[in-house]
Formats: sequence, C-alpha cells, structure tokens
Amino acid sequence: MESATALFSLIIALPLVGFLINGLLGLFVESYRSKKQLIGIIANTAVFIPFIVAFYFFVNMNADSGALVYKLFTWIEAGTFSVDIAYRVDQLSVMMTLIVTGVGFLIHLYSMGYMSHDDGYWKFFAYLNLFIFAMLNLVLGNNLLLLFLGWEGVGVCSYLLIGFWYQDMAKSDAAKKAFIYNRIGDFAFLIAMFMIFQSVGSLNFDVIFNNLAGIPEGYKVAIGLLMFVGATGKSAQIPLFVWLPDAMAGPTPVSALIHAATMVTSGIYLISRMSPMYVMIPEVMLIVALIGALTAIIAATIAITQNDIKAVLAYSTVSQLGYMFLALGAGGFTAAMFHVMTHAFFKACLFLGSGSVIHAMEHVEHGLHKEGKDVHFDPQDMRFMGGLREYMPSTYKTFLIATIAISGFPLLSGFFSKDEILAFTMNAGFVEGGSWLYMALWGVGIITAFLTAFYMFRLTLTTFHGSFKLPSKIKEALGSEKFLHESPWNMTVPLWILAVLAIFGGYLGVPNFIAETFTGQPAHINLLHDWLYNINADYGIVLGKGFKWILLVASIIVAVSGILLAFRMYNNDQQEESDALIASKFGGLYKLWKDKYNFDDVYEGLVSRPMVRFSDKVLAVFDMKVVDGIVNAIAGTVKLFGSLFRYIQTGVVTNYALAFVIGVIIILYLMIM
Amino acid sequence: METLLNITIFLPLLGIPLVTLIKGDVAKKWVALLITSATFLISLPLMFNFDIVNSGLAQYITEGAPISSTLDIKYLVGLDGLSLLLFMLTTFMGPIVILSSWSSVSKHLSAYLSMLLLLQTASLGVFASLDLIVFYVFFELSLIPMYFLIGIWGGSDRIRATIKFFIYTLVGSLIMLVALIYVGYDAGMSMNGFSFTTDWRFLSSDAYQIGLVQQTYLFAAFALAFCIKVPLFPFHTWLPYAHTEAPTAGSVVLAAIMLKMGTYGLIRVCLPLFPNAFMEFAPYMAILAVIGIIYGALVAMVQKDVKKLVAYSSVSHLGFVVLGIFALNTVAVQGAIIQMVNHGLSTGALFLIVGMIYDRRHTRMIKDFGGIAKQMPIFTTMFMIATLASIGLPGLNGFIGEFLILTGSFFSELYNNKVYAILAATGVILAAVYMLWMFQRVMFGPLENEENKKLVDLNAREIGLLVPLMVFMFWIGIHPVNFTKYSENQVTELIIASKEKSMAVLEQVKTEEIPDWTAAFYGLHEDQQKNEFLTASE
Repeated sequence: MESATALFSLIIALPLVGFLINGLLGLFVESYRSKKQLIGIIANTAVFIPFIVAFYFFVNMNADSGALVYKLFTWIEAGTFSVDIAYRVDQLSVMMTLIVTGVGFLIHLYSMGYMSHDDGYWKFFAYLNLFIFAMLNLVLGNNLLLLFLGWEGVGVCSYLLIGFWYQDMAKSDAAKKAFIYNRIGDFAFLIAMFMIFQSVGSLNFDVIFNNLAGIPEGYKVAIGLLMFVGATGKSAQIPLFVWLPDAMAGPTPVSALIHAATMVTSGIYLISRMSPMYVMIPEVMLIVALIGALTAIIAATIAITQNDIKAVLAYSTVSQLGYMFLALGAGGFTAAMFHVMTHAFFKACLFLGSGSVIHAMEHVEHGLHKEGKDVHFDPQDMRFMGGLREYMPSTYKTFLIATIAISGFPLLSGFFSKDEILAFTMNAGFVEGGSWLYMALWGVGIITAFLTAFYMFRLTLTTFHGSFKLPSKIKEALGSEKFLHESPWNMTVPLWILAVLAIFGGYLGVPNFIAETFTGQPAHINLLHDWLYNINADYGIVLGKGFKWILLVASIIVAVSGILLAFRMYNNDQQEESDALIASKFGGLYKLWKDKYNFDDVYEGLVSRPMVRFSDKVLAVFDMKVVDGIVNAIAGTVKLFGSLFRYIQTGVVTNYALAFVIGVIIILYLMIM
Repeated sequence: METLLNITIFLPLLGIPLVTLIKGDVAKKWVALLITSATFLISLPLMFNFDIVNSGLAQYITEGAPISSTLDIKYLVGLDGLSLLLFMLTTFMGPIVILSSWSSVSKHLSAYLSMLLLLQTASLGVFASLDLIVFYVFFELSLIPMYFLIGIWGGSDRIRATIKFFIYTLVGSLIMLVALIYVGYDAGMSMNGFSFTTDWRFLSSDAYQIGLVQQTYLFAAFALAFCIKVPLFPFHTWLPYAHTEAPTAGSVVLAAIMLKMGTYGLIRVCLPLFPNAFMEFAPYMAILAVIGIIYGALVAMVQKDVKKLVAYSSVSHLGFVVLGIFALNTVAVQGAIIQMVNHGLSTGALFLIVGMIYDRRHTRMIKDFGGIAKQMPIFTTMFMIATLASIGLPGLNGFIGEFLILTGSFFSELYNNKVYAILAATGVILAAVYMLWMFQRVMFGPLENEENKKLVDLNAREIGLLVPLMVFMFWIGIHPVNFTKYSENQVTELIIASKEKSMAVLEQVKTEEIPDWTAAFYGLHEDQQKNEFLTASE
C-alpha cells in the first residue's frame, strides 16, 4: 500500500478499530465495561485522528484538484457487474468528512460527560464509532453501492442508538419505526441503482457522470425521482419524515450527531453529488423544491405547538432539512451544502444545549428523590423550566447564540446560508425555462424563516428567561432550583466551540454581490462556492444586484420581526397564555399543527394496520386452509383411491395373472400401432 | 484428490458404526464431532486445489464401471463450480450441527447421531454426484434420516409434520424418477453402445437434445420435484410444519442444506437438459418466486412462533434464489448461488439461536419472551447480527446475493419485465418489518417474566458454534469475490451453452411436426424473431 493510501485508510479504519476494541472488549470482558475513562479516550481518539488526517488532505487540495481515488479491493464481481471498495477524496467529500469527524468528535467529547452514569457506556461509544465509520463510507464512497453501504450502515447505528434504552418499549418502537421508514426510501434507492447499472453498466460516479448522455430521458426522470424518495427517507422529508421526531427517544448526543448534524443530511449530500444528473431533469428539480418547501413549512408550524424541548428541535431539523431540499431543487447545490454545514454547527449546539438542560432537570428530579420526595415530571418539558440562564450560564449563552444563528439574524452563520437558499429559490424562477412556482416557493421559504425565528425564540425564552417554573407547578419541588447546576467542562467546551462556529461558519459563504456592490469589481468572497464549483452543477445567478439586496433585506426583516414577536409573547413567563392565544386565533389550524397533521394516524390506518390484518386474517388463513387444504385434499383423494384399489389386491394369483396378460396385450397393441 | 472427495462423502457413514459401538454418551458425541470435523478438514483441499478457470469442467472425478453393458448407470462423482460451494457449506455445517445438539438430545443418542451422519453423507452425495441416478439415490436417501429426526426427536406434533414432509417430497421425487428414466432411455438412443445413460456430462452437452414436447413434460416433472423441495410457493406448506416440529439440528440441516437441493437441481438439471422449456417457463417461475417473496414475508409477519416465523422467512428468501436462477444471466445466477450459501449461513444461525433459547425456556412463542437482551448480551449480539444478515444489510452476506439477484433480474432478457425485480425488492422492506418486529418482542422491552430473569448467557460451546457462522457472514459480505469466483466461469459458460442448445433444438424443430400448443407455447410462429433475440443477447 502506498503511503497516501495508508494515510487515507486511517480516516476510514480508525473509527472501525475503535468500534471493535470497545465493542468486543465490552461484550466479552465484564471488567472492561467500568473503565469508562479508557473507553471514552479510545472512542474520542478514533474520531479525532481521522479529523486531523482529513484536515491534512483538505489543506493539500485546492478547488481545481482532481478527485483522489483510493481503491482498497474489488468488492463484488459477477458477470458484467463489478464494484470496488474504493474511496473518493474530492472537494465535496472532504468537506463532509471534516463536518462528520469534526462535529462528531465534539459530540463524542460531550458524551463522555453526558453518558458518564450509564451502564451501557461501552456500548454507546462502540455504536458512535460504528456510526462514524458508516457515515464516512457514505460520504467518501466512490460508487453508489459503497455509498449505499454507508447509507444502510448509518441506518442500523441510528436504530441501535434510538433504541439504546431498549427496555422502554416506546423507545425500541421508535428505533424500529426509523429503520423501516428508512428502508422504504432504500427500496427506491435500490431501484434507482438497478436503472443506473442497466443504462450505464457501472455504479462508479465517474462512469455515471461521463455517460449521463447515454441514459434515456425517461430513465433519468425515474432515477432522479427514486433517488429523491430515498433521500426523503434518510433526510426526513414528506412523506417519510415521521420517524425523525420519534427518533428523539435516543440519548441527546445521538440526536445531535445523527438526527441533526450528519446522518439526516445524507439525502442532501446524495443529490448534491448527483447534481450533474439533476440539472438535466428540471421537472424533478421542481418536485424536490416543492417537497422541500412544503416540509419546511409543515414542520415549522408543528414546532410552534410543541412543549418538549427536543421535539421542537426535531421539527426544526425537519424544517431546516426541507430548506436544504428547497435549495437543491432550485439549483443551489452549494447553498444546500452550505446550510448542511452551518446547520450542523448551530443545530448540534442546540441539541447538546438541550441535553445539558435535560441533564440539569434530571438532576433536580434525582435531588428531590434523595430528599425523599416522590416527584415525577418530564425533564424535557419546557413548561417546567424557565429562568435557567442564572444557573447554567454557558449553556444559556451558547444556546442563545445558536438560536440567533438559526433564526437568520444578520451576520451569524444561518443568516448567510438561509439567504443564499432564498436567493437561489427566487433565481430559479428567472433562469431560462424556470418555473414561476419557484417565486411562490420563495414566499413559503420566507414565511418559514419568520416561523423559525419565532418558535426558536419561544423555546429559548421559555427555557432560559423568566423564572424557574417547576416549584409553581409541583408543590413538593419548592426550592428545587438549588439542584440546578451547569454541566461539566467536557460538555460545555463542545458547546462553546460549536457556538463560535455557529457565529463565524457563515463567513465561508458570504455572497459575492455584497462585496461587488462596494468595489464594483467581480468578487470572490464566497469561498464555499469557489471550493465546490467543479462538483456542484449550480444554476447560474441571473438576478440583478439590486434585486438581491431586496431579498436580503426582506429576510432580515422577517427574522427580526419573528424574534421581536417571540420576545413580546414569551419573555416573561407567559408561555401558556401566549400558546392559548395562538390556539384561539388559529382554531382548527392550530389543532392540525398540534396533531402533527395526523400523518402517523393516516399511515397507521391506511397502511400498516390493514397490511397486518390482511396478513393475519386473510393470508395466514389462506395458507392453512387453501394452499395446504388443496395439498391435503389431493392426499385425501389418493388415499381414497388407495383404499379402492385395495379390493383389487385380492391375493388370488389367477387374478394377478389375468391382469398381467391384459397389460401385455395393451402394451403390444401400443407398440404395434 | 479424487480419493479425498470420496473420503469426504463417505467418512460420516463410517462414523455410524463407531457411534453405535462406543460406550458412553459423551464419547459418542465426541466421535461424531471428530468425524464431522475431519470431514470438513479433509474437504478443504478440494476447495484450495479447485481449478477456478476451468470451473465448468467437473474436477476430482471418480468414475465407476457401468452396472451393465447396456445401462450406463455408474458411480460418478466430482465437483464443479455449481456444486463446490454447496458441498463445502455441507461439510462446514457438519460439526456445527453436532455441537448444536450437544446437551439437548439424550434420547436414543446413537441413533440420533447416526441419522445426522447419514444425512451428511446423503447431502454430500447429492452435490457431488454427476450421474443422475446416483444423484437421485442420494436425494432420496437424505429424506430417510430427516424423517426419523423429525419423527423421533421432534416436537409434540411431530408425526403429522413428518408424514406431511415425507409424502410431499416423495411424491415430487417419484414423478422426477419417472421423468429421469425416460431421459435415461431417450439419451441412450443418441449414445453409442448403451441403451440407457444418466451421465450428466453427456446429458448436458450439446450432443444430446430433447424435443420440445418432451422437454415440456420433463421440465414440469423435474421442476415440480425441485420446487417442492425449495419450497416454492405454493408448494411450501410442508415447510413450516417440518421446521417447527424438527429438533434444532434437523431445522438447521433442513434450512441450510436440504432446501438447497431444490434450487441446485433447477440449475444442475433443468437448465442444461431442458433449456427451451426452462426459458419459456422462466416468467411463470418468476411470478411464483415473487409471490413467494412477498407472501412468505407477509405470513411471517403474523406468526406467533419464532421458528415458524423463520420458516416462512425461508419461503421468502428462497423466492429470491429462484428468481435469480430463472433470470438466466451471470449476474443473477451468481447471486442465486451465493444466496444459497448465504441463506444456509444466516437461517442456519437463526435456527441455532432459536434452539438455544428453546433449550433454556422450552418455548418458542414470541409472547413468552421480552427484555432478555439485558440478561444475555452475547446472545443478543449474535442474534442481532444474524437478523441483520437475514434482512440483507450491506456489509453482511445476505445483501450480496439479494443485490445481484435483483440487479440481474431487473435487466433479464428472459423476464423482459422490470416489475418482477421491483416487486421482489419490496421484500427488502418487509423483511425488516417482520424480523425487527420479532427481534423487538423477544429481546427488548421490560424484563417481566420471572422465567426470563433466570436466563443465562451463551456458554463457550454455543459461542464457538455461532462464531464461525458470523465470520462467514462478514467475510461474504465484505469480500464475496473469494466465494463467487468458484462458480463465475461455469455459470457464464453454462448460460451461453444452454442458449445455444435451445437454439439448436429450435433449428431441429423446423423440420419436424409438432403439436399446435407446443408451437404456441414456444412462440414458434415468431421463431425468426426469437433467433434474432437469442443471438443478440449473447
């Protein structure tokens, strides 16, 4: 193995090694399970070194470097089909690798504190490492099948981690649900791969891109749609998004890593990777944008009504992912990847912050139990919180920063990436052959931006501002604020790093027109765009500078007004009154939001329950009575004949002789004829 | 090497007098274990020395003298690309099967071990024989020990299950016997010096062609026997009975080895002997296979008995294999062959796992379990891996077979219809539904049942017999080329040869009179088109 390959292999291999060490030792050596420090260090190292190596690859690359391909061995070979275990380091995959290992490492570090009291510590870190391994295969694979291996691999890790506390049936239900909904998407992905292989003869990215012209038009549309269906499974879009809110049953670091920062962005990565094909099928692009925008606004409206801190963040994630699909569908592949990155920063920060809060609330519950008070409350319900900023300053400040960032407040990361998405959406309405629908989608996007700022500040203000509400809700909890405390350093340090990234991450993608307005020269301050321009087949920008400024100002106005409205309604302990006010204003609509648009009930009632009933009451019965019944009937008939023939078996030799003679005559007759 | 092959086949048989004569239960078990382990070790050189490039030619051939000067029936064994992997799977499973019943069987131990050993020889004989009469003898011989294994050591309803299993498969194979005798005489006519031959090398060669009318009947007779064995929907109803009532070892051999005799027979016999019928019947077989995939999965989903659930999952999984075989391109057939091995490994492992929990709790009902993951972490891990292998997770073996089968079926010219592969692919979703449902009910949730709180994790023997299976699940999943290479060339050659042979038969037909229905079935009114299509597809 040459040295570059060996160095590269570290990125892929170390998380796997970490998984094997902690997994096997933990499983077979009972005393190892309590060595938490060691387990944590092994797991953290197994992610940190790959980050450093990926960074090394990053600095040795420029925007025009060709893809480096490292082939390890031939994976599958049969007839005309052949696919390698080969990895591809290019601008896009190196960016994703840095996010996965970088944010991944911070979450590993955080987990050392968060999970420190859990018996399954070893298992947790083994699963986390395995997840990183699978995710790296997903983003670095040089062909669709290896990407698919990672794709399914992260699905399994997600399954294992959502159901980490498996003794709770609801949690293992959520895990199963996530896996099965993902599988529905994977089914579509598989068919897309069959079609690509049939028309191109390979699943290699290079071969696919070089032969795009050879794929029949209808096939391209079908492939594009099927891959998008696959993406709606993994990246929680309509119609398959319902698993993600339930997935919050997993430990909070898992929600941050898998269900916010990395795995759920796989679908966006996939479409971005396949962007040269997608730009050839604008009709599919429009569907992607429509579904994205619809998901964004539906999830945002649900988020307004939720009281579970993690549920708000979960719906917010679904909504932000919808944003990214809107960008993809509008030909802003780089914009989508930009938002993948900034979202990874601020949403990971928010989830980890919520974990810190939940940790503190659980501590209050334990503290009360120690005092002999039998108090039970939901540590994730924000109606019991409030005023936490006094007790948890680092958590508060970082949470607030991330909230400002996600709200699209000027100059923080979310502002730049969200504005880029909205600009591209409008732009797609003006490009040649573009549909006017995109302009309507811009409207949906801007409403969603308003809602985002609103529900995020509702969450932050209710949780951290005002007064601590647990004592007023539960009498025994009087004075329980003394149990509130800030989390240990290994939890707050990752929060601060992510908060800093949430502020400054946006400066990698500042739109060029801002500089161009002032200098009058073509500018190159959008570093991300310059970095990915060879890979992402972005639509060209046709909007004028003035128009772009108008869009920019519009998004500032909605963000600020969303924030201001939230301050008026939620800053002073008036959450429940304000929620009731919204409910009365919107009536049935609010109920629809609160009921999450009844997606789950519809699926349950229309698909899963009928299918199980049909299998149980019809097929299983059919199998026993009809299929097996026919077999038994045939057997019975034979038996009947058998008992009739018994009379022929008379035991009288002359009868046999007679039969013999008749038989010979018949045979002779047949032979002569 | 030829000697080694013969030793491998008959060594287990030699173990029968030993386990009967030796005193002491433990000693008997050790003898059986040593014999099967030795069989496995002796078979290894057969794999290492196998000439992959010429996998289409049978290797290590032993050819006995014909039984008479006119009847070319002889002891003829050898291995080629089609049989090697299944042969190796059989020797590999031998010691695992013995170990699996180490502490669960005490009744008539000598007889029990003898039956397992006899089954081993019979199964090896099926895969190694190249004379179809010898093949038939081994094929039938394998029924007898399985009959006793279920009938004597089985569950409460074993007698009914045994009779159903035995009669059902026997009916199929008797019809096959009639067809086989016909083929023997028919082939004898085109051979010099003999009036009867069942030498596979001759039957499969282009020197022997069968007319279309006869092909249709013969294919139907053989295919019926094999489809019952597979079992293909709607011939599957014996399987859930047999599996639920069989002792663990019986279920494992049944799932891992015996079901494969059916799919193996389809490739070994039906394709090269009756290529025209094979190709004309392909879409109908595909329909049955697809129904089996979905139907098996749906019925599995509502089972209350773990073993029955796994049994129905076999119906679903083997539907994939049949779909791959009849797609008749290298990609799909290679997928089918590796999937036979995969199903043996993962379903074999699942039956072992169910057996382990049955030994502890004496129940197979899903509702009796729950929350046992906490009690048995190692068991849980193994069960999880086998489950994931069974639902076709990439990186594990099941995915390789399923993916190749589906890809190949998708562009199969014989099917010429993408719907088969698309419908079959829904099996991927359904498999996740029923397997994860079962896994959750058995392993997760609160540990409430007092009986379950007493469960102890796997012992060294149990770990030792599962680990080799796990190793191969990963090995095939990550580096399947090590395994698929054995059959690659033969499969490619066989497909080309069969297509050529079918064209030669069609050519022949032009000068003959054939019944109208045959002409219609084989589309001879458009045979010009057909020829063009076949030429193009090479």
